[in-house]
Amino acid sequence: MVENRPFLNFLAHVVLIFGVVVVALPVWVALVASTHESNAFLRGTVPMWFGDQAVHNYSRMLGTGISTSGMPPVGWMMFNSLIMALGVALGKIAISLTSAFAIVYFRFPFRMAAFWIIFSTMMLPVEVRIVPTFKVVADLGMLNSYPGLIIPLIASATATFLFRQVFLTMPDELTEAARIDGAGPMKFFRDILLPLSRTNMAALFVIMFIYGWNQYLWPLLITTGSDMYTIVAGIKRMSTVADTDPQWNYIMATAVLAMLPPLLVVIFMQRLFVKGLVETEK
Amino acid sequence: MKRVFFNNRWLPWLLLAPQLIITAIFFLWPAAQAVWQSFLREDAFGLNTTFVGLANYKQLLNSSEYHNSFWVTFVFTTSVTVFTMAFALLMAIAVDRLIKSEKVYTTLLVWPYAIAPAVAGILWWFIFNPSIGILTYVLAQVGIRFNYVSDPTDAMILVVLASSWSRISYSFLFFLAGLQSVPGSLREAAAIDGAGPVKRFFTITLPLLSPTTFFLMVVNLVYAMFETFAVIDSTTYGGPAQSTNILVYKVYQDGFVGQNLGSSAAQSVILMAIVIVLTVIQFRYVEKKVAY
Repeated sequence: MVENRPFLNFLAHVVLIFGVVVVALPVWVALVASTHESNAFLRGTVPMWFGDQAVHNYSRMLGTGISTSGMPPVGWMMFNSLIMALGVALGKIAISLTSAFAIVYFRFPFRMAAFWIIFSTMMLPVEVRIVPTFKVVADLGMLNSYPGLIIPLIASATATFLFRQVFLTMPDELTEAARIDGAGPMKFFRDILLPLSRTNMAALFVIMFIYGWNQYLWPLLITTGSDMYTIVAGIKRMSTVADTDPQWNYIMATAVLAMLPPLLVVIFMQRLFVKGLVETEK
Repeated sequence: MKRVFFNNRWLPWLLLAPQLIITAIFFLWPAAQAVWQSFLREDAFGLNTTFVGLANYKQLLNSSEYHNSFWVTFVFTTSVTVFTMAFALLMAIAVDRLIKSEKVYTTLLVWPYAIAPAVAGILWWFIFNPSIGILTYVLAQVGIRFNYVSDPTDAMILVVLASSWSRISYSFLFFLAGLQSVPGSLREAAAIDGAGPVKRFFTITLPLLSPTTFFLMVVNLVYAMFETFAVIDSTTYGGPAQSTNILVYKVYQDGFVGQNLGSSAAQSVILMAIVIVLTVIQFRYVEKKVAY
């Protein structure tokens, strides 16, 4: 702050409160809607304050779901999402760590070629190669399975570059000392590099967990059986049904449940989250 | 660069194997397939496939539907990028002023990042619902009939709002970091020379922020072009009358719903070319750190 200008400070508060309200509005409306009964929405406008059906709505969705639409219980879809998010996050971290280790600590023929192949994943988002990728997964018999949901998503140039960056800043003396003490490459990797990159791994985990949980197109394509639906992809199927028979309270309860886990991760691990976000874009 | 290396012939390849194999099977091979498919055409029953050269591309470039999709994508990505960044910058400037309450406001502004674009779409779809949406109701009170189901402009507004909303926190964090790295001494010097807050912002802060702005512009463009599929699919399905059918959504519709594989593949190839250009721009920038 250069000089004290109370009016500008006041204006800043006004702007921010406005911003916070705008940002929070959709979630507020969903949260309120999820606590009413179905016929509360027949009156023409959405209620703006909480109803008393919260326990009923949430326990019904978690336990049985809307059975008429052939949807599995939301609790089950959340479990699928959890497996997928954990699998994607841990898988990305694991294979990126080893690739970055190979690229930084070894000299071997075609090293740059390997680097460019990894880089190429960045230029081929799943959205632009939907049909052929679907076909590959189908040919491998991986439709409707956790490996099918997870493995095609775990190749990651960003994570590899992040760990490469981290490893490049490790002093060479560490490697020398380890070698003099007779440690082989894998021992060095496990006992020195991994512990030193713990915070980076945690930060990346936060980002990749959110990424995995929020996947939409991929699960939508490859989960044709309802028992494999993830919640983010499942909620849309639910809303399609709702167009004819609106059960807004249930849909909004599902929406709230779909956003809850990643939201908790961001709120309670905000520092790691910000670190991960900034680092993966370097 | 490292001076000390391990010597091992096969270990590095073993370490790289999982990443390379996954990349080859699920990225490179499908991409090559898309390129190959784009030169082929299947007959109506999917029985015969013939090599047709560039015919699929020619057809696309002459199709008014594809031109429309390009235009829609242009309007959509530009609106999302400008709207997101303007809102985020405004918030970042305000937070940057208020040292005491910075943490609270930051927390209150970053959480939408956690919400999936598909869920964001559903939330906005709900509050703009033609029959019970709360904002539709408010707009109706001031005499505006908002109906994204029938009105192309309203549909575009809906998808732009939903897409921007889920992206504001990201730009906000980067702008805030950028603002906080502007040296205080520069602002003070300008203040002593008699420059007011507005002048200081435009002559000092904004120029120094230009690398961040440029970076965010590219990243948000990529986001709006490729990662908003979920928003479109959970709200308008590209409609009404193709008014929100962005390129990424059209690839999916033509390939999966319409089963027009040749055309869908050609569209994929065109999109890949666009991503490659954008990624190259992004990386050249990151390497050089273009300062003002």
